[in-house]
Amino acid sequence: MGYPHPSHPRETPILSRHFGEPEARTLHGWRGRGGYQALEKALGMAQGDIVNIVKDSGLRGRGGAGFPTGMKWSFMKPGDGKPHYLCCNADESEPGTFKDREIMRWTPHALVEGCAIAAYAMGAETTYIYIRGEFTEPLVWMDRAIREAYDAGILGANAMGSGKRLDVHVHKGAGAYICGEETALMESLEGKRGNPRIKPPFPAVSGVFGMPTTINNVETLAAVPAILMQGAEWYKGMSLSNPKSTGTKLYSVCGNIKRPGTYEVVMGFPFGEFLHDVCGGGVERRKLKAVIPGGASVPIQTMAEAEATLMDYEGFVAQGSMLGSGGVIVIDENQSMVRVIARLARFFAHESCGQCTQCREGTAWMTKIVERIRDGQGTMEDLDTLLDMADNMTGTTICVLSDSCAVPVVSGIKKFRSEFEALIQGKRFYNVLTQVA
Amino acid sequence: MADVKMINLTIEGRPVSVPEGTSILEAAKTAGILIPHYCYHPGLPVAGVCRMCLVEVEKAPKLVPSCASAVAEGQVVRVHAERALEARQGVLEFLLINHPLDCPICDQSGECELQDYTFQEGRADSRYRDPKRFNPVEDFGGDVLYVPNRCILCTRCVRFMDDVAHDTVLNVSERGDRALIGKFEGKDLTHAWAGNVVDLCPVGALLSKDFLNKSRAWELDRTASICPSCTQGCNTMLEVREGTVTRIKPRPNEDVNKFFMCDHGRLNYRWINRTDRAENPHVRTDGRLRSIDWDVAVHAAASLLRDSRAFVLASPFLSNEALHLLSRVMRRNGGAGAFRVAVGEEAPLAGVEDLSLRRDRAANVHGAELFGFKRSDRPLEGLRDGDVLVVADDDLDGIGAEEIARASHLIVIGTILPATAHEAGVLLPITNFAEEEGTFTNLRGRVQRFLQAKPAPGSARPSWLVLGDLLGALGEQDSFYLPSDVFESIAKSHSAFSGLSYETLGLRGLPVLGEAGSPGPVAADGLGAGAGGARP
Repeated sequence: MGYPHPSHPRETPILSRHFGEPEARTLHGWRGRGGYQALEKALGMAQGDIVNIVKDSGLRGRGGAGFPTGMKWSFMKPGDGKPHYLCCNADESEPGTFKDREIMRWTPHALVEGCAIAAYAMGAETTYIYIRGEFTEPLVWMDRAIREAYDAGILGANAMGSGKRLDVHVHKGAGAYICGEETALMESLEGKRGNPRIKPPFPAVSGVFGMPTTINNVETLAAVPAILMQGAEWYKGMSLSNPKSTGTKLYSVCGNIKRPGTYEVVMGFPFGEFLHDVCGGGVERRKLKAVIPGGASVPIQTMAEAEATLMDYEGFVAQGSMLGSGGVIVIDENQSMVRVIARLARFFAHESCGQCTQCREGTAWMTKIVERIRDGQGTMEDLDTLLDMADNMTGTTICVLSDSCAVPVVSGIKKFRSEFEALIQGKRFYNVLTQVA
Repeated sequence: MADVKMINLTIEGRPVSVPEGTSILEAAKTAGILIPHYCYHPGLPVAGVCRMCLVEVEKAPKLVPSCASAVAEGQVVRVHAERALEARQGVLEFLLINHPLDCPICDQSGECELQDYTFQEGRADSRYRDPKRFNPVEDFGGDVLYVPNRCILCTRCVRFMDDVAHDTVLNVSERGDRALIGKFEGKDLTHAWAGNVVDLCPVGALLSKDFLNKSRAWELDRTASICPSCTQGCNTMLEVREGTVTRIKPRPNEDVNKFFMCDHGRLNYRWINRTDRAENPHVRTDGRLRSIDWDVAVHAAASLLRDSRAFVLASPFLSNEALHLLSRVMRRNGGAGAFRVAVGEEAPLAGVEDLSLRRDRAANVHGAELFGFKRSDRPLEGLRDGDVLVVADDDLDGIGAEEIARASHLIVIGTILPATAHEAGVLLPITNFAEEEGTFTNLRGRVQRFLQAKPAPGSARPSWLVLGDLLGALGEQDSFYLPSDVFESIAKSHSAFSGLSYETLGLRGLPVLGEAGSPGPVAADGLGAGAGGARP
């Protein structure tokens, strides 16, 4: 559903079906909507069967990387004598992304149920929901839902009478983007500074407190109950393009678009129609120029690329970008791309943890140069320096924040070079809206 | 050794075989290839953050941090692949954009890894045109000064304090390019081993206040030595500028001190340079000590000792060689000997087994005991009326003149002439440990060599030479031309030392017989055994 707008007929609301219904937040309301039937079913199944259903459904990580969820779960071997942990990554901090927020605000029990099923399937007794520090309202609803679930015996020492222990804790972050990186999240959860860890060891071997851990995105986990109830075939059937991308995906759309909001469409939906029809297109008399389709850290698409895209993991890659988190930022001709890119670079420079040299120094240097170009103080050599620097910042660090900063800069310079050159040559960007330069 | 699986790989075209689990960086060292690195240090946990040690591994899609990657069978590693060189050049450029480039006034200059690798692999210029980041210099307490502008945030210092010293004083404050090394509120680098962070710092960000602006690194002559400040026997490097010991640095020894030394040992060097030394041999004539030839002085001492019982007050700072010869002087007519030791508070380095600033603050307490000297707080107790008292480098502090007066004669063999020893019959000036060659035996019975680092004052002579001459004047047949000759004599006459020689000791030392790690019975004195390296 295109919350806060009414559902568009071309949407397929599964996760977002109950967005905007305050009763769905309560346990009573959620049960009335079929809630916790999937968990009850799961607790009666063999753990391996649940993993297999998720594997068969083709569900892939919705946080950005798109790793097959069932396969990730199968790395956790039950009965190895160690405590297992499930972490739910609710540290949704990617600029332009606000889909997890809506899940937690409107259907907190869907996440609790998804966590409980996943934890049971992987032999984890404890689930940590690492929630972004700024999410004060979702935190209230999550806390309330978990309390309700405990009171009703859904969570706790004897989850739904199954004899299994399932605990869910909410951990509030302190406002660092980097803590959304899975290993930094674990460090932060352990009470340390949120610095990403070197991999290997991977979390499935040594994660939270050195124990086998799986980390899943909110949207991934929230999709699990429906898959379990309606079957893998049903979920797999929801694919309009590449069969490797299945199900529905939430997109949070913002920027220069008529109806910004959170939309849910089937994998493979045409991006052009999505933008122009479902989201209502750009503002009158202003042409759309570019789209950042998957949160700030994916390459910028030109409008031509965007309109040729089928919205799934492979489709975005084929058109020079990535599905990422599904945070669609729409940019029209009224915006200076240099300003957009300078703002993004500044964000990454501000959020770099500062461990790796390339990221610590590179993101800040990049920001200085792009801002200098924005302010009309740039030179042509700066563009070469930026591209060369981006090369050094890509694939050389512990996590991908450094790459993320290089990505908008490189794609911006490659696709909108004329705007950079115009500013360097002393021309000013003409703002259509305010009619001032 | 337990069965360790060996992994075979190729690094820069050279075949390498190392135990499973070794990092590529360490494996490359065995092939004689130093992969540039900053945050990695063999004595600290791996951080993998500087990204300087990136190398190309065949079939790996990305460059690999060699410090944090274990070797794999059949791997082909290219340290100098173009891609790897470019990446490292990028890191160097990034590290230098905010670096003040103040090498001319930086203490680290000349021994700075940022300089070294930049000269080796870096760009000749910088493309950085913006203002540099600035943070003021901060006093970290203890002996340490922090210059944040030079810092490359390798976090070696933080990891040393956290994981080796187990005293969380330092942290990384702020994030991104604002990050700098910070100090937890109310804490200072006053830990007894905190000074090691200065050595660990690969650049000039952490400086020793004691050494600040004293010398350029290339003006220092470095000599392998042993720290004399306690019985631990940390391996050290004496760094000498124009005959003056200017600083002491730890010298790695896996079996004794790993890579570290304590602040007490590090800063306790000024006495080595003292200028009020006994420089010439003296003999009492007409009631006055008069400067005279060595031959005359040695024979004067010999004539006092020839038919008398000797009582030797030795110093636990003397080498095994000197103590051995002294014990021979002492035993000639059934004499005895004693020594005393200053004590202080024990200060262990928590993260390293059996490494501590020991209570006994002298290098050769164990050696003195092995050679038959009795440890005592009242060392002259055993002095009988009429004995010839030989004071061997004890300063006689706190010993009354009336106690000394019980001796028939007083011979001083020392680096100084103590105030209470002006009644001495003979003064034989000797060199201190930095001015001669010899060995110490540490508390675990490990015998370790030290070399001569600076010239002797005046005509002072090495202790082993003076005592060897004295024994010769007393009619002994042995003659010693080198300290190794004396050590040979020790190995022959003391079962604990048998089989040892300067050659087998090398610069890392070996335990005496009877100590842990070596075969044979416990040494005669029955001192407790401890950790020690294996002995061939």
